[in-house]
Amino acid sequence: MLKGHQSWIFNSKPTILASAAVGGPFEAEGALAEDFDILHEDLWLGQDSYEKAEKVLLEHACERAIKKSNIKKEDINFFISGDLMNQIISSSFTARTLGIPFLGIFGACSSSMESLSIAAQLIESKSAKYVIASASSHNAAAEKQFRYPTEYGGQKPPTAQWTVTGAGAVVLGEHGDGPKITSATIGRVIDMGVSDPFNMGAAMAPAAVDTIEAHFRDLNIDASYYDLIATGDLGKVGHELANSLLKKHGIEMPLDIFTDCGLLIYKKDQPVFSGGSGCGCSATVTYGHFLNRMRRGELKKILIVATGALMSPISYQQKESIPCIAHAVSIEM
Amino acid sequence: MSNMKKKRLTATQLEYDQLQKSMEPKRPILKNCLKAFLVGGIICTIAQCLQLFFITYFNFNEKTAVSPTTIVLIFVSALLTGFGIYDHIGQWAGAGSAVPITGFANSIASASIEHKSEGFVLGVAGNMFQLAGAIIVYGVFSAFIVSTIKLTINWLGGM
Repeated sequence: MLKGHQSWIFNSKPTILASAAVGGPFEAEGALAEDFDILHEDLWLGQDSYEKAEKVLLEHACERAIKKSNIKKEDINFFISGDLMNQIISSSFTARTLGIPFLGIFGACSSSMESLSIAAQLIESKSAKYVIASASSHNAAAEKQFRYPTEYGGQKPPTAQWTVTGAGAVVLGEHGDGPKITSATIGRVIDMGVSDPFNMGAAMAPAAVDTIEAHFRDLNIDASYYDLIATGDLGKVGHELANSLLKKHGIEMPLDIFTDCGLLIYKKDQPVFSGGSGCGCSATVTYGHFLNRMRRGELKKILIVATGALMSPISYQQKESIPCIAHAVSIEM
Repeated sequence: MSNMKKKRLTATQLEYDQLQKSMEPKRPILKNCLKAFLVGGIICTIAQCLQLFFITYFNFNEKTAVSPTTIVLIFVSALLTGFGIYDHIGQWAGAGSAVPITGFANSIASASIEHKSEGFVLGVAGNMFQLAGAIIVYGVFSAFIVSTIKLTINWLGGM
C-alpha cells in the first residue's frame, strides 16, 4: 500500500523464510566471515573467467537460500535479481540455471534492496506465493568492466572502494517464521555533480540521505524507530558525508545506530581504501550478518538503504557526472 | 574541476562540491612523490647495472646494450604482472613503477591476461593495447613533433 509519496507499507508482512550469503577469498579474511554460508578460497571459483565465477557465486547463494527455506524450487513463483555486469548477465544466466520465472533489474549497487522491495510487493499484492530476490558482484569482474585490468599497476586514491566478491539471496513467503519486510522507500535519482569514479561514496551519499529523509517523512517516523540503519556501500568517505548532510538537513541520526555495510564487511587492516562496495556488499552483509543478528534477537528493527551509482564506463569517459540512487527496506523481527 | 564545468553546476551542487572536497581524504602527494622517486630510481639503477653487465660480459657497446637491457626489464615486468605482484608494487610506487618501460610492459601484459577469457584473437590481441595504445599513439606523435623542431633548427643552422 502506498504511504506518503514514494513508500510502500506491507500490511501482509512478507516473511524472509531463508537467506544465504556467499563470499570470496577476501571476504573470508574479512570481519564478517562467520556470517557467510559459503566462502570460496578461489577468486575464479574453478571457472575460466571472472564473469562465470560471479554467476556461480549467485547460483550458490540462490540454491543455498532455497535449500534452507525447505521450499521446492518449482513452488517459487518469481526470481528477481540484479548485478553490475553489462546486460546483468550474472542474474540472467543464474535465472537460466534456476528455471524460475525471472525479472532482471538494474539499480547498480542498490539492486539488492530494489529486488527485495519488488519481491515484497509481489507477495503483498498476492501476485506471488514465494519469491527469491538476490544480487551479486565480483571484484575482478567489476574492475575489468569499470576500471582497469586486475593486474594493472595503477595507483588508487584513498577515496577508492573495494568491490565485494559476493552474492546474497533471500526467499520470501506469505507467512512463516522469520524477519518480516514491513516497508520500503523507492529512491529518486540524485546527481550532485560528482564525476570521479574513484569517489563513489561522495557521489552516493546525497542519494542515501534523500531516501532516508523520504522514508522518515512518508512513514512519519524518525531514526529512533530503528535499532540499526545501514547504508549499502558509502564507505568511510561517503558515510561521513551522509552524517554531515543529515545533520545539515536537521535529521537526528544517533551515531551508534547509523552504519554502512561497506565499513563492516572488511577488517581494518585489509587494503580496501574507503571500504567495500558493489551489489554483493549490501546483499551479503544484510542477508548474512544483519539477518543472523535479528534471528539471535540482537536487532528488532532495521532499515537497509542500498546505494547505487548509475554510471557506465562510457558515461564517465564522456565526462558525465554520476547519477545515484538509494532504496530503503525496513526489516522487522 | 575546471571552471567551465563549475558553471554548469547548480547552487546546491556547488555547495555539496565544497563540502565533499573539504571532507575528502587527501592524496599524500609528497609521500607519493618520494615513493615514486625511490622505486623509479631503483628500476633505473637496475637497468643501468644490466646495461653495464651486457657491455662488460658480452659483445655489446653502450648503444647496442640498450636492446637486451629493455628486453630483460620487459620480461621481468611481464613475469611479475603474471604472478600478480606488479599491481601491488604499482599501488605503493605510483608513477615510480608506471613511467619506466616496466609500467608499459605491465599495461600490455595485464590487459592480455585480463581478456584471455574472450579468446586469443578478439580477447588477447584485440585488447592488448587497450591502455598501451594511447602511449604508442602520443609517443610517436610527440617524437614526430620534437624531431621536426630539431630538424628545422638544424636546417636553419642552429645547434
